[in-house]
Amino acid sequence: MFDDSNIIAGLEIGTSKICVVVGEQNPDGALNIIGIGQARSRGVRKGEIINPEQVEEDLRAAMFEAEQMADVEIRSVYLGVSGGHVRGFNNRGVHPVVSADREISQDDVEDVVKNAKAINLPADNTVIHAVRQHFFVDGQDGVTNPVGMLGARLEVDMHVIHGHANRLQNVVRLVRATSLEVDDVVFNGIATSLALLSNEQKELGALVIDIGGGTTEFVVYSNGVIRHSGVLAVGGDHVSNDLAFGLKVPLSRAEKLKIEYGAALVNDAVKGQTISITNELGLELKRLNHEHLQKIMSLRLEEIFQLIAHELESAGLTDYLRAGVFLCGGGSRVPGIVKLAENVFQMNVAPGHAAAISGLTAALEQPEFAAAIGLVKYGSLKQNRKRTQRPFYKGLIGRLLQRS
Amino acid sequence: MQTPETTQAALLESPAGSSQPVVRIFGVGNAGIAMLGTLALPEFAAAQFAVINTDAASFAASPATVKIHLDNKLLRGLGSGGDPERGRALAEEQFSTLKSACEGANVIFILAGLGGGAGSGISPVLAKAAREAGALVLAFVTLPFDCEGNRREAQAQQSLEQLKSAADGVICLPSQKVFKLIDENSTLLETFRVTGGFLIEGVRGVWHLLTRPGLIQVHFADLCALLRDRHAENAFAFVEASGAGRAREVVENILAHPLLDEGHALAESDAVLVSLTAGKDLTMAEINRVMDQVKRQCSHAQIIMGAAVDAAMKDKLCVTVIAARQNAAPTSVSARAETHTTGAGSGGIREVVMSRTPQRRKGIAKPIQEQLPLTIVSKGRFDKSEPTKHNGQDLDVPTFFRRGVPLN
Repeated sequence: MFDDSNIIAGLEIGTSKICVVVGEQNPDGALNIIGIGQARSRGVRKGEIINPEQVEEDLRAAMFEAEQMADVEIRSVYLGVSGGHVRGFNNRGVHPVVSADREISQDDVEDVVKNAKAINLPADNTVIHAVRQHFFVDGQDGVTNPVGMLGARLEVDMHVIHGHANRLQNVVRLVRATSLEVDDVVFNGIATSLALLSNEQKELGALVIDIGGGTTEFVVYSNGVIRHSGVLAVGGDHVSNDLAFGLKVPLSRAEKLKIEYGAALVNDAVKGQTISITNELGLELKRLNHEHLQKIMSLRLEEIFQLIAHELESAGLTDYLRAGVFLCGGGSRVPGIVKLAENVFQMNVAPGHAAAISGLTAALEQPEFAAAIGLVKYGSLKQNRKRTQRPFYKGLIGRLLQRS
Repeated sequence: MQTPETTQAALLESPAGSSQPVVRIFGVGNAGIAMLGTLALPEFAAAQFAVINTDAASFAASPATVKIHLDNKLLRGLGSGGDPERGRALAEEQFSTLKSACEGANVIFILAGLGGGAGSGISPVLAKAAREAGALVLAFVTLPFDCEGNRREAQAQQSLEQLKSAADGVICLPSQKVFKLIDENSTLLETFRVTGGFLIEGVRGVWHLLTRPGLIQVHFADLCALLRDRHAENAFAFVEASGAGRAREVVENILAHPLLDEGHALAESDAVLVSLTAGKDLTMAEINRVMDQVKRQCSHAQIIMGAAVDAAMKDKLCVTVIAARQNAAPTSVSARAETHTTGAGSGGIREVVMSRTPQRRKGIAKPIQEQLPLTIVSKGRFDKSEPTKHNGQDLDVPTFFRRGVPLN
């Protein structure tokens, strides 16, 4: 509808904050970030909406801030989704080439992709993304575009990311209720990796981990294509909750302690040290063991990494990550988290930066905004493609709109 | 028929005797040593006795061959003063001594009275040392009377928890339950003798299982299979009767036994060990009658049974029942006990003997309902949200809690 518009907005409804990033696309296709807006999120838990009214209120606040800053009116957004129900896996589709001359046509390619998407999903799940990895022509590996080649048997490997249809639709409906259009629904992990990874890094092989408030997304790229993705419904909220339980303090206090005193590894300097909690008059209420605080945090964060490492190991991808591991999200701010990740993954770990885009450096430096920036980038890539190609797929949003 | 004495002698001498497990009995603390003293009977001649205490004076009358006196400068030989932390610290200090005292034994019995300093403090450490030395550890302990005060009660409970996690099995006798068995005029000494006597009966029951050649033999391996790594709390009862209706009387006494909660302990147990001993006139029908009733009470449990003939018993029938339960769930007891009604007959006994084969165990174990964990962990803000399950773990529960990392 708004294809001619050069304003692209990315919206991420996260567990700890709702974040809008506005980008402007130059006529030559370059992307510039011109505004951000954020609001504390109160109606989301583990990446899923539990109180729509509150989310709507927070969403309006974040939108207002972004519109003010960018001085534009946002009419449509690219919406990031996540949650424990989102899963990714690889699937292969097969299609026999039937034409007399055995030349592979565009129709053959579309057929084989359709076959690869026809998978055994649970009844109420829907596909969010189906990304082509590569084609095989008569068993020949690594073909990126088979149109025009000769062959009898065309196969394709696809990475399919799917999620619970109703839960995805809930978010879309909520956004549309605030009189915004949803251009497309994008898995947060894909958006984050778009923001962080350069093409070279994707080629070398990289793992992106986005440690958010309620969920942790991870995506693996290798040979330039997405190889694996997933969501753990565990994040910073769990760290705070563990602290509240272990140190016997209220959750709000645990949250503050986490930010002020937290670390991903137990620091030798804090052994035997205590933290005193004071009330507003400066009187001491309680003393806490600093070492315990860091130990509880360390165990939780280590477990998150271990679960991911285990999953990659069983997928046989550990040896393909030559560019290393990239961390982002609020969790990547924890001191020592890089070191902890290095210990678990035994490879190079770096905090990720949204490097490949120009604009507000203040926004680009923040690890929390990676997903929303990535959404804008996704939008710009998609609109570039639309300009140059015929719009041959309508994406998930078309299907969701039809259903609602 | 062999008398107990000749049996023991034969066991010690014959090469087959080497397959007999080496049993070492430790008395820990004053109460433990007193109980060990009453065990100095000819039938226990094959067992090795050892005593451990913080107070050297208590060793004097003990028949034990090994006497370990735990002391350091701080205590100046005055004992632990009722503080289990001191006992524990001492025992941990001399962990290697305890471990070497346990070397070479297959089964170690620990006798102790919990609630004081030495018994409560040392027993869990000793159990740990014995496990590390490779022995199967069974603890026979008493809990204090209610009138002894809250502190001793709390210390005893804490120690019991530690023992349960350190030992393979704990047979525990809450002294308060003994009140139901004694009359108003019993003296204090008598009462303690009764309490100790119950534990001794427990020891004797297991001992008989291990050493007596029986009609239906219980092997050491069976006992290990029942107890090893269960860390269970056990209830036990020892009953005897004589005369014509002895089988019926024994069954009635078991089902009414206060230590088995009037038979409820059987219903909620997941493994039951039954040992019958009688004179030469023991009949199969009697075994059948007893086992059939026991089996009816604990339809879900794995049953290990042993029967032995002892000429010295004349016309007495003694039955020792040890019921192991992992987590007591008292609410479901009555419902479970009622559901099972099987026909009597010779089939009963065959099933019990068969129950020692693993396949049969599985079959019996299958219908056990899952029990709720005793400690309920609050999941804080995730209490009402959909749980995050990963390979059967609930990731919403704090990691340090799931991994059992201590914070102290």
